[in-house]
Amino acid sequence: MSVTSPTSLAGSFTQEAFNAHLARVSHLPAWWLDRKRAAYARFVAAPMPKRTNEGWRFSNLATLTLDGFNATPAAIRFDQMAHRELGVKGAGHLVFANNRLVSSQALDASTAGSGIIFDTLQNALLKHGDLVKAHLLAQPSKLGSDKFAALHEAFLEDGAFIYVPRGVTATMPVGVFHYASGAGTAVFPHTLVIAEDNAKVTIADFFRSEKAKEAHFACGGNDLYAGHGAQVTYVAMQDWSRETLSFQFNATVARRDAKVLSLNLHAGARQARHESFSQLAAPGAHSEMLALTVAHGTQEFDQRTLQLHQAPNTTSNLLYKNALLDQSKTIFSGLIVVDPDAQKTDAYQSNRNLMLSDEAEANSLPGLEIQANDVRCTHGATSARIDREQEFYLESRGIGAVQAQELLVFGFFEEVLGKIEHQELHDTLTDIIREKFKT
Amino acid sequence: MAAENNPVAGIDQTKGDFQYKVDYAFDAGTGLNEDTVRYISSVKKEEPWLLDFRLKALKTFRDKPMPTHWATKDLENIDFDKIRYYLSQGQKPKRTWDEVPDDIKKTFERLGIPEQERKFLAGVEAQFDSEAAYSNIKEIVAKQGVIFVNSTEGLREHPEIFKKFFGKVIPTGDNKFSALNSAVFSGGSFIYVPPGVKVAQPLQAYFRINAENFGQFERTLIIADEGAEVVYMEGCTAPKFSTSTLHSAVVELVALKGAKIQYITVQNWANNVFNLVTKRGIAHEDAEIKWIDCNIGSRLTMKYPGVVLKGERARGEVLSIALANDGQHQDTGAKMIHAANNTTSNIIAKSISVGQGRSTYRGVVHIPKHLKGCKNNTECDALLINTNSRTDTYPAISVRGDKNATQHEASVSKVSEDMIFYMQSRGLTEAQAMSLAVNGFINDLAREFPMEYSVELKRLIDLEMEGSVG
Repeated sequence: MSVTSPTSLAGSFTQEAFNAHLARVSHLPAWWLDRKRAAYARFVAAPMPKRTNEGWRFSNLATLTLDGFNATPAAIRFDQMAHRELGVKGAGHLVFANNRLVSSQALDASTAGSGIIFDTLQNALLKHGDLVKAHLLAQPSKLGSDKFAALHEAFLEDGAFIYVPRGVTATMPVGVFHYASGAGTAVFPHTLVIAEDNAKVTIADFFRSEKAKEAHFACGGNDLYAGHGAQVTYVAMQDWSRETLSFQFNATVARRDAKVLSLNLHAGARQARHESFSQLAAPGAHSEMLALTVAHGTQEFDQRTLQLHQAPNTTSNLLYKNALLDQSKTIFSGLIVVDPDAQKTDAYQSNRNLMLSDEAEANSLPGLEIQANDVRCTHGATSARIDREQEFYLESRGIGAVQAQELLVFGFFEEVLGKIEHQELHDTLTDIIREKFKT
Repeated sequence: MAAENNPVAGIDQTKGDFQYKVDYAFDAGTGLNEDTVRYISSVKKEEPWLLDFRLKALKTFRDKPMPTHWATKDLENIDFDKIRYYLSQGQKPKRTWDEVPDDIKKTFERLGIPEQERKFLAGVEAQFDSEAAYSNIKEIVAKQGVIFVNSTEGLREHPEIFKKFFGKVIPTGDNKFSALNSAVFSGGSFIYVPPGVKVAQPLQAYFRINAENFGQFERTLIIADEGAEVVYMEGCTAPKFSTSTLHSAVVELVALKGAKIQYITVQNWANNVFNLVTKRGIAHEDAEIKWIDCNIGSRLTMKYPGVVLKGERARGEVLSIALANDGQHQDTGAKMIHAANNTTSNIIAKSISVGQGRSTYRGVVHIPKHLKGCKNNTECDALLINTNSRTDTYPAISVRGDKNATQHEASVSKVSEDMIFYMQSRGLTEAQAMSLAVNGFINDLAREFPMEYSVELKRLIDLEMEGSVG
């Protein structure tokens, strides 16, 4: 018997709120509803993170409040929203607002008949239950947020489902948009990507608040599964209002010779925690983990990563870059784990903090746990201002100080953004990041 | 045997693996309670404030949980009730080897201490279990006003200096084991170097555990006054017992304005010893503290020498070599706490894991708000010899503001096959080639050691590598 009353550990996410949520998804398969009930029980039972939890070192715990949120917000009409498109001609999209689908654009007609499925998670649960069951939230939460991951599963209402069959290439990227609207709204976005053997797909996930001045609670996740030889490119742009408390959980599984590239851009939220877990499950698997953060004001970005090498000849490359302005704070805590059998692993991990203010704070915890000897594992972490020599060079060429600094900062960003091969998508994201940097 | 010709003791494990039966005149018994603490304090004839200090520390020790939320669970295997906390033949160290009781003298002679003293040391203190059996400083050094005694004598004879600095660098409550040390400490060195005095030769302390189930808790305090310079070396050995032994020291260094302290450790405990040591120095304006830390022995070592860079332009450095063989866990690292402008720190850590050995680097670099011109460089390199060897790296770097710079780099690798092949093609055996490669890996750090130690270190690595290939 737990001594503490469940409500104190649940905040706004009470049994009542959970029942109201269940009522909204009662048409979904029973196995899924059972899993949600089990997840809710785990959420309620789990304590809030404590100062002594290594997985929360340097994080601000006092501001992790679960009170004052609405888990079942009212619906929004798409025609009354200010929606910004993906900026890629002919790309399909799904737009969710307050956990519900409000607009969809099917894939290009040319892909019809290829077997690619781009639909809501609810429809997938009804029509492709076995596929969803095998991959949705199938990986354990390993980076400290068990409680919030359970909350995500319990309240997950709808999201995007992308399935690419064996040997099929999805030529156009697809866009998924998640909006939150109304004060106190809680959203639980999810994107599930399944790329079967030798399939290829690119997905862009956007997280936005409708109004800049509203406080939201966002607790989202994505599962990326790449079968043998598959290639998955996943880009996420987190741009919640600056009063939002945000959690994002990523689980990537790369099978034999698969390549997964995930790029997370962070600009929004008051406090944002991002956990990314890559499993290199079979020989030849590769995971490219990239992130770019632009931190303003008193924002806190807390990023935790795990590169788990379970098989021989696997490779991973992590590059997390943070640009810190004002009184912002970033935490990067990464771990490369090489299992005893995973010989010939090549893993890299790099965290670069660009200090653009005298009051910003950057924390780096780059970790390694290596149990095989024939490996190449390196990591690096740096924190510094813009290189004075580079600045001097630009100025000596007649470029003004402000412009020189901007050029160098954009150069700092481009090392990450340049990894996106799709030109239009690259340009869209570059524009957004530059806008974010200037505001 | 090669070990017999060893000119410098303290590196080869087989060298320290012997024991003489000793009758102890003072014995605090087994287990830890208030009476144990009172007994230690009374045989040392301490003043009441110190007994209070010890009793408070005992409470802190009991209140603090084991740090297993981040450290290894192996700590739970320490049974504090089965340890003997104080064993000695007397509290007053001898000034000449002739006065030292035979059985103890034999121990140190076998370890080569008196010979080293004659050759290249400015002073020696030899601690046998809880108390120093021998302590002497060369007259020429003593005449300069340098104080080099054990902590008990330091307290009694120089209370005005001792009290001012004691417990100021590492407070009792710093961690569970610093609290334990504060409660039951005995032995260790007290060194004071007057302003401007540069001690030309190193001072050395040698720590020997002789008794089974014993806990050694020495307390060292070194103060280098303005512009002074001193090099301190410590070595340690214990016989191999079947039960575990605990060594938990606290070492505090204070380098006043412009002073330089170099602290060299060659840790070679038998591999049933839990070696849980807290070491920290405060570097004032323009001062420099350098820890050279070499860990070869013990079952579990947890030791993260630190420097608090308190004055402008202070400099801190940790050079660390760890070698973990079967059944050993070397959990070592460094802490650099920047607290003034233009302070710089450098950490270079190299570890070698052999067989099922595990080496861990754990570090903290902290540059708080509104400082400028601070720099840190950290490099950690791990070498894994066998397929089941293990290494971990857990650094934590916090930087505030845009006027400081830190860089951290770590790598994990094995000895390259090409390199081994090349050497074998030149007629070396695989083991010789491996030894040469490993020695090359640590060469730039080993050079920083005094010659006698670096030669010995190389020889030891040859020994450790012998059974590791094939």
